[in-house]
Amino acid sequence: MGSFVEWLPNVKRIARGIRLRVLRHTLQHGGGYLSQGCSSAELLALLYGDLLNLGPSCGPLVPPKFSAVPGASTAATHGWVYNGPRDPELARFFFSPVHYSLALYAALIEVRRLGEDALDGFDEDGSTVEMIGAEHSPGIEVTAGSLGQCLSQALGVAMARRRRGESGTNWVFMSDGEFQEGQTWEAFAAAHYHGVDNLRVIVDVNGQQCDGDMASVMSIEPLAARLEAFGSSVREVDGHDLVALRRAAMSGVAGRVRVILARTDACRGVELLRSRAPNLHYLRFKSDDEKAAYAALLRQMEAES
Amino acid sequence: MIKIVRRPHANRFVEWAKERPEVLVLSADLTSSCEVNDFRDAYPDRFISMGMAEQNMMGVAAGLAREGFSPWVHTFAVFVTRRPFDQVAMSIAYPNLPVRLVGFLPGLTTPGGVTHQAIDDVGLMRLLPNMTILECGDATDVESVLDVADSVPGPVYIRMLRGEVPRLFPASEPMRLGQARRLSEGTDLCILSAGICTEAALNVVRALGSQLSVEHLHVSTLKPFDDPQLLGSLKRGKMGVITMENHSVIGGLGSATAELMAEAGVAGPLVRVGLRDVYAHGASREYLMREYGLDEAGLIAAIERLSGLDLGALSVDIRDWVAASDLAKPEAL
Repeated sequence: MGSFVEWLPNVKRIARGIRLRVLRHTLQHGGGYLSQGCSSAELLALLYGDLLNLGPSCGPLVPPKFSAVPGASTAATHGWVYNGPRDPELARFFFSPVHYSLALYAALIEVRRLGEDALDGFDEDGSTVEMIGAEHSPGIEVTAGSLGQCLSQALGVAMARRRRGESGTNWVFMSDGEFQEGQTWEAFAAAHYHGVDNLRVIVDVNGQQCDGDMASVMSIEPLAARLEAFGSSVREVDGHDLVALRRAAMSGVAGRVRVILARTDACRGVELLRSRAPNLHYLRFKSDDEKAAYAALLRQMEAES
Repeated sequence: MIKIVRRPHANRFVEWAKERPEVLVLSADLTSSCEVNDFRDAYPDRFISMGMAEQNMMGVAAGLAREGFSPWVHTFAVFVTRRPFDQVAMSIAYPNLPVRLVGFLPGLTTPGGVTHQAIDDVGLMRLLPNMTILECGDATDVESVLDVADSVPGPVYIRMLRGEVPRLFPASEPMRLGQARRLSEGTDLCILSAGICTEAALNVVRALGSQLSVEHLHVSTLKPFDDPQLLGSLKRGKMGVITMENHSVIGGLGSATAELMAEAGVAGPLVRVGLRDVYAHGASREYLMREYGLDEAGLIAAIERLSGLDLGALSVDIRDWVAASDLAKPEAL
């Protein structure tokens, strides 16, 4: 982690690259999880560009083909190798909302942990670059789905690392929709009860879910107060303000699970998307004209960058 | 008279875990009820209280297993298999993690009623790829299942017994992975029994004497169901096959046997003794076993059906486990 001057331009560049790649791929693919990239670009950029104390990637730039599911007689591939070697002092990263996989892969390309063409295999048969990734997909450590199962597994890893006296932190990236699942609250309660202090959670609070606005489906608010009541140390910030995000990540109460609630905009950087609100979960072009408008926007964004 | 062993798991587990520092216990508020209170008191640092939150408990167990620890989750069988099924499937079974799921109160062994009676647990766990399923039928099984489970590199579900448990098999003859115990040889009829049903089946076979020649196997590995001696035994019974289990006839031993027979082309009838696609209710074990036909009388009726014999005069000794179940601790549900 360098000085302000060093990290900010780089992280901004990564975030811009994530949005561009997600939009470009959504156009090429005829659809995609675009809004998730818009809301999480700064969060993933800050994690991979600054916050995560990771070693160099141990994975190939071209993602391997799918080999096998885990089993007694099979050799499965592991997506965590893209987050570097396991070391007592290094961080571990757990990517929970696997619907965001496209944004994660884009982030990995931007930080050179994946090659420029790594998205070529996205959603292709026989590829590990799956649309909804699992633990063989680049950057993904545990099979986080179905929704809300990642935090408990990360808690188990954090508890194991604490038993061994390891100093590395354990970061979990979550989406706000996961706070509708009861298991999430079970995990926060258990983490606090057991005094787990090596777990950091960053949440993309974009207020969106499959059916539309979360407020119209099942509100999770007041999220910060609820988490604090569960014993966590919570910092709530604008999820597109990199300086505020980084400051939040550096603070927090020692001895607690530290949570950053990043309030985000699911259309940030792609204003065209806003006309579709509140149905932002998956973008499928309704007409050639609509697609052409997005293509024009992409050209404009590419020219600006 | 069969010897009754008091709390065989409680005693064995503490001793077994002594030189295994990687062994951790996760408990969901049923610590004494699952006989791990002695473990908790002996190794407090290795006991992790997870509260009544089984979904999270399964994920935490998965995370600990990924890091090289050996988590032994202790709770009732229903709370291992029903409530957190998705977590067991996705967080534990899919990644093939060596988590040991120790499920107590199998089938009708509890007066706790429908919420506590695991009549579908074997079926649910059989559906999961990578999952190994072991069932204990006596104190020797209870004492030796730890080594068997520990030898499996993936997840294991154990149908465990607690309290007063009969010793049917010599303590010197431990449970073996994928190997049924052949309790009698015969050519008229093949009986496969599992769990606590084996004691009733032993009583019936003994009472039959020379009336029928019975091939009787006690099956403790319910998945994988690939013990090579099973097929030989299934073919040996001229009149057919009877399975007997403390579980629904759908999904457990009876289903596994039907699948094996059909795929191997073993002709002949199969009678499945077990819960016939019904829920049970809260009552004593003796009452429930009789009501649902899981006792000696239920097996005798199945034998009559297959053999055409009238066994009305058959006298079967009162089972030891009836007395044992009265000594069990109904207060600790």
